[in-house]
Amino acid sequence: MDGQAILARLETRLGARLLGTHDHRGDHTAIVAREGIIEALTFSRDESDLRFNVLMDLTAVDYLKLPGREDGPRFDVVYHLYSIPHNHRIRLKVPVEQDDPVVPTATSLWPIANWLEREVWDMFGIRFAGHPDLRRLLMYEEFEGHPLRKDYPIERRQPLIGPKV
Amino acid sequence: MTSEASRQARAGDSPGARAMVNGEASRTTRELFLGEGAGGGTQNLTVNIGPAHPAMHGIIRILAELDGEIIVKSDVEIGYLHRAFEKDCEVGPWNNAMPYTDRLNYVSPLINNFGYCSAVEKLLGIDITERCKYIRVIMSEISRICDHLTCVGASAMELGAFTVFLYMIKAREFLWELVEDVTGARLTISYGRVGGVKADLPAGFDDKVKKAFVEVRQVLEEVHVLITGNRIFMDRMVGVGALSAEETVAWAITGPLLRAAGVPFDVRKAQPYWAYDRVQFEIPLGKNGDNFDRYLVRMAEMEQSMRIVEQALGALPGGSIQVDWEGKAIDPAAYVDRGKQGKTEGLLFVPIALSPNLQGQGRDAQKRVNAPDKRVVLPPKENTYGSIEGLMNHFMLVMEGFGIRPPMGEAYFAVEGANGELGFYVVSDGSDRPYRVRCRPPCLPPVAAMSRMIEGQMVADIIPTFGSVNMIGGELDR
Amino acid sequence: MGVGSFFTSKLDEAIGWGRKYSIFQYPFVTACCGMEYMATACSHYDVDRFGAGLPRFSPRQADVLFVVGTISHKMAPVLKRIYDQMCEPKWVVAFGVCTCTGGFYNNYATVQGIDTIIPVDVYIPGCPPRPESVIDGLMKLQEKIATGAQRY
Ligand code: SF4
Repeated sequence: MDGQAILARLETRLGARLLGTHDHRGDHTAIVAREGIIEALTFSRDESDLRFNVLMDLTAVDYLKLPGREDGPRFDVVYHLYSIPHNHRIRLKVPVEQDDPVVPTATSLWPIANWLEREVWDMFGIRFAGHPDLRRLLMYEEFEGHPLRKDYPIERRQPLIGPKV
Repeated sequence: MTSEASRQARAGDSPGARAMVNGEASRTTRELFLGEGAGGGTQNLTVNIGPAHPAMHGIIRILAELDGEIIVKSDVEIGYLHRAFEKDCEVGPWNNAMPYTDRLNYVSPLINNFGYCSAVEKLLGIDITERCKYIRVIMSEISRICDHLTCVGASAMELGAFTVFLYMIKAREFLWELVEDVTGARLTISYGRVGGVKADLPAGFDDKVKKAFVEVRQVLEEVHVLITGNRIFMDRMVGVGALSAEETVAWAITGPLLRAAGVPFDVRKAQPYWAYDRVQFEIPLGKNGDNFDRYLVRMAEMEQSMRIVEQALGALPGGSIQVDWEGKAIDPAAYVDRGKQGKTEGLLFVPIALSPNLQGQGRDAQKRVNAPDKRVVLPPKENTYGSIEGLMNHFMLVMEGFGIRPPMGEAYFAVEGANGELGFYVVSDGSDRPYRVRCRPPCLPPVAAMSRMIEGQMVADIIPTFGSVNMIGGELDR
Repeated sequence: MGVGSFFTSKLDEAIGWGRKYSIFQYPFVTACCGMEYMATACSHYDVDRFGAGLPRFSPRQADVLFVVGTISHKMAPVLKRIYDQMCEPKWVVAFGVCTCTGGFYNNYATVQGIDTIIPVDVYIPGCPPRPESVIDGLMKLQEKIATGAQRY
């Protein structure tokens, strides 16, 4: 199915919860409100002509320093979906505010979401409501802060042993 | 760690056994080992395997809860090689991320290089030259063979087949010589460039490839003879670590593991990039999704990769390279002198004798392999040294704040890595450095599904399963 | 020189000679350098020529710790623990720039040189070092083992 048609399907389904779409460089993208994301994911996965059965990637972007988005929501949680039967892709994005960085979890839809969401929590400090086991994935428990946030300085180290630098 | 654990496990195995210590028969074996009050009966035992475990060629920690020898529950912990790839990329200009991508999957760095380049090119909206596409295909496939060789070799070694490991590393060595010929380095090659590759293929490359492939094919044959029908090997691989096709898909596992479960998904076929739509190859498929099928798929994929390389070399636009060293080539210093003296007439067309380090980066070669886009690609060295435009062009690209500046936006580009779909998601804010680079690591999903694969199996089954997952720390933890 | 010291220094020499050709290494492989480590250890470059052909996969049986690859802060306590488990006499080889200085990973996650955690005897720079330089480093280590004071 071609990207525009997929976006149109999502639009009819989500209505006002679809905040916008674009197809920059041929990557069809739907920006979905937080309330609609689980429905959007479930719909994309189960609908027979969409059948996005693989959650290829789940990540986030911190837009703290993006020119022109100083006032907008700080984070975007980004889902990349792929459909093996139909061989098409889509990207879904959920804007998340800094004060309330919570998104509903997708673990019930795809088991892989478990680790990917843990990684996003670890790196960006975005929580996933309903996640069964939201621990850090890559960093250690003693680590404070979320390193991929734009305001985390790259050289701030928190060694477990050895000299404190 | 493990030896103690297995001792305890044995103790737990035979709850009824009475230990005779100093004539004291009242204590159970369990009490002997675990102390007074541990009682009889069985109790699950938690064993910690890793992070530095000898039979695992990667650093990962598995906390396994055992009932006898059966794993009832497990928790996999990763992150021991987290090196902040994504954060590091945000610090330098776009091309500076190249060395970091080498070290993502350090067994097949070329694929990572090119994957990242293609993502940035997509963001820039530029196209690369035809020859460059073929070069990328050739080098990626060579890299893929190296990866599979290492994976199969190392996991065979962990099962005791050390000979296989030696043979496969020998074969890899022949391929690395090819890689070194082209890129100048064995492992961390940084050969990709946004808009092209660093240098053209060296002269006589096809013959060397032919020779190396003869060796590789021989090794593959020997390995088939050694282990494919081997009783010990099969006993430990067949039916172990299996996942059904549906489950594999739900865990977002791609690559050889998915194909071993019988799902014919391969990015090279599904959404062909570079020149993959112009070469013939098959996708080897398995049926059961167990470790043995994964092994067979990898072995078959190496053959296919060699087939692709041979075809691509035959179809390489521009033919094999004939570097013309004769005639008027002068050395760069003399070239600059001539320019300084004002003798600039026709200077741009005088070839420069490049140092061997810059082999394949002459003007002709650059034109063949790099996109004709001054905003992205460094000018050939002749131009940098020989004309003010070239110098300025070079200067602007390497100056801070003036390098490659993709327009604001985002792009995701997926290539078929050795372990599955390797995607790069890049976001630009319009400046000369990436705003965000995300790598979709192909070996994270299988490692995430490890718990699922090993639960209900024996402790010893962790080893072949882990081997077939081909966990690569650099890419898993980034 | 008294007779006693003559004998002990000769004994030292003999022990040093013996030790230098019976290196049992523990490869603490974490990252990309491991690929070159494999290449060095296998048939093409063959470290067995230097008496270092048998990696012991347990720190308790090894006397040279090869730290191969980036050490992150999460991994640092593990490395320290492994070092502490080794019996004397023991030596440490830092394999690759990541272990020497942190290399080009200068960020929140990586240790800037393992010598901030454990003592190091030989540094082999390179990212990754070529097998030739690994062998060179190994020979330097042999020299150090042979000429250093022997404890027994
Ligand atoms: S020194 Fe280089 S090759 Fe070795 S582990 Fe570090 S980054 Fe990898």
